[in-house]
Amino acid sequence: MIRTLKYSGVVLATALLASAAASASDELLKMQDNADEWVMPTGNYANHRYSELDQINRDNVGDLNVAWTFSTGVLRGHEGGPLIIGDVMYVHTPFPNIVYALDLNDSGRIIWKYEPKQDPDTIPVMCCDTVNRGVAYGDGKIILHQADTTVVALNAETGAVEWKVANGDPKVGETGTSAPMVVKDKVMIGISGGEFGVRGSMTAYNLADGSRAWRAYSMGPDSDILVDPEKTTHLGEPVGKDSGMNTWEGDQWKIGGGTTWGWYAYDPELDLIYYGTGNPSTWNPSQRPGDNRWSMAIFARNPDTGMAKWVYQMTPHDEWDFDGVNEMILSDQEVGGEMRKLLVHFDRNGFGYSMDRETGQLLIAEKFDPVVNWATHVDLKTGRPQVVSKYSTAQNGEDVNTTGICPAALGTKDQQPAAFSPKSGLHYVPTNHVCMDYEPFRVSYTAGQPYVGATLSMYPPEGSDHMGNFIAWDATKGEIVWSNKEKFSVWSGALATAGDVVFYGTLEGFLKAVDAKTGEELYKFKTPSGIIGNVTTYMHGGKQYIAVLSGVGGWAGIGLAAGLTDPNAGLGAVGGYAALSNYTALGGQLTVFAVD
Amino acid sequence: MKLRQPWTLMFVLPLLSWSVATHSGEAQSVEIARSEDGKYFDKDDNPVYKIDEDGTVDWFTYSGFRRYHSECHVCHGPDALGSSFAPGLTESLKTMDYEGFMEVVINGREKIGASENSKMPSFGLNRNVICYLDDIYVYVKARSDDALPRGRPKKKEAKTDATREYENSCLED
Repeated sequence: MIRTLKYSGVVLATALLASAAASASDELLKMQDNADEWVMPTGNYANHRYSELDQINRDNVGDLNVAWTFSTGVLRGHEGGPLIIGDVMYVHTPFPNIVYALDLNDSGRIIWKYEPKQDPDTIPVMCCDTVNRGVAYGDGKIILHQADTTVVALNAETGAVEWKVANGDPKVGETGTSAPMVVKDKVMIGISGGEFGVRGSMTAYNLADGSRAWRAYSMGPDSDILVDPEKTTHLGEPVGKDSGMNTWEGDQWKIGGGTTWGWYAYDPELDLIYYGTGNPSTWNPSQRPGDNRWSMAIFARNPDTGMAKWVYQMTPHDEWDFDGVNEMILSDQEVGGEMRKLLVHFDRNGFGYSMDRETGQLLIAEKFDPVVNWATHVDLKTGRPQVVSKYSTAQNGEDVNTTGICPAALGTKDQQPAAFSPKSGLHYVPTNHVCMDYEPFRVSYTAGQPYVGATLSMYPPEGSDHMGNFIAWDATKGEIVWSNKEKFSVWSGALATAGDVVFYGTLEGFLKAVDAKTGEELYKFKTPSGIIGNVTTYMHGGKQYIAVLSGVGGWAGIGLAAGLTDPNAGLGAVGGYAALSNYTALGGQLTVFAVD
Repeated sequence: MKLRQPWTLMFVLPLLSWSVATHSGEAQSVEIARSEDGKYFDKDDNPVYKIDEDGTVDWFTYSGFRRYHSECHVCHGPDALGSSFAPGLTESLKTMDYEGFMEVVINGREKIGASENSKMPSFGLNRNVICYLDDIYVYVKARSDDALPRGRPKKKEAKTDATREYENSCLED
């Protein structure tokens, strides 16, 4: 009885709080236009990673110097980057997911530090390192999405916990790596665990109190995936009844993957959020016949209700682990003589997609690395990639090693976010230039255990001496404008600025600045560890700064630490390709640059 | 000693061969005491790899290569060489024996402290691992002894019916 009374008290307080909450995205829409600050991980709701600041520009970027540094005290892979709000910088770390508030007026003095207590059992269920891609800001709160899936709202001024909620259960392999996104009075939270048979979902929590507003699964009954069979469309056609179940055999959809660990976008005019879903589980395609909808898909959803307006599946019946989670970049550009509200997406599968983000119509799908070979092209009417049989791990079947597939499972691009400059009209894309052999085989499912079912080995494309490219892409034509070779995969998020400079980090640890028009290298500096973080800029005290996290790790650190071998080079070729471990070692550090 | 392979005669003392890394790659450095249904054992009756001079590996070493690169390599890196996330097992097995390997895989281990946050999970309930424990062990052992080069073994002995039966019963239990 006492318990019931207590509980109803909480509900009442919650209701009052919710009604008092203003729309955080009105605040954020204003804040994202203030170039002095960096208020969300990808710069703005359109995921541009672009800044109007031009104090650092192509003429003086060569004079860039280190202004100050900060050690995070954590050794694991550091993805994401800091937020800058007012005079405070918010820095996050991988597991144990520390958040620091640093005082920009006082040499980065620590104003507050938050370190959650998490069960170490979470560590090994995080496929490919204990990364975290950053915190979000909204309505005076810093939102942290912990490894153990706990979502916690911290008072931005004091670091005090305002609320927390568990989004999933690490005991069944559900983990948190993605950055939250605050939209209106809600915060969007994704989930990781595609290699553990997790059923992916996007969940909206009320920013005021952490209560759940809606959850949309990637597969399952219509009521679970929040689609309207008549009104939700796939390339203009209604998806029909049970679209999240009728391309699965039996109950496989219950452990179907389609996790949502990438970056999310929001268009305030259309009032739609956009995000991608990951691979279907397992990696062995023979164990899950059918298109496996809606894994590998782009969703456009109403942020208030979660209801999907449209969905597009890029890679039906995945056979290569080409997760569709990479960011959606929203721009207004002319395609074929017509102004379009574009959604541009560089998928793991090697195709750069330009879509109409209002209707979900597919306009352009072209390879953004010429070596991509698993499909000849994407049929723009049906949306289906035309798979090359030789590279089909499903057609070749279980226990057969399919060789020479490009790209490798880490994709032509992984989560490392691209930048878009409205000034140049170009996208700047960090890419991987790696191919693979892939052999699927039968696996059994145990909750909380890896559910992979394929052996793969990776190597640079035949005849290539490098494993990454940093490219400029014209999304109105689907063409590469320029391309810079990099020794290793480029696993750092890019930054474009009005100073006509584009920044990115490399796995050896270099921060690089290149000319936005030509790609010419203008500056580089070697930070203490490999960079898998995203470059950020801000203005403080009248001076522009560039900030980036170092700290090698992630999938790149796992796959490339020992170096790759060329299986075609015969015996004795070991070491023919560079081992990342010969270039850099672990260590989390923030490095901040300025021109004196 | 029954099924001693001719190339082991290269070594004067069989015991010494445990600790001696062979010349740059593919040759047997461990003595095989007996075999059963395509599986090989040393004198202590622990499973062991068999690698012929032409690079042909026994089925279990090959199977271990596949299972390692499905279950283990996402932390321990390709070819058991380690990563930024977890140690290289080629090094670990230089000091860890068969029982020690089994113990860690089945029960897991944890190093949590000021400078380290690493945890090896327990795979005791994971059939994709426990049904192939010996396979993974002999593969990693061969890599650790420098008896097997990086990459996919080019040639392998056939999978026996007994192995197939064991696999099916283990996975379906």
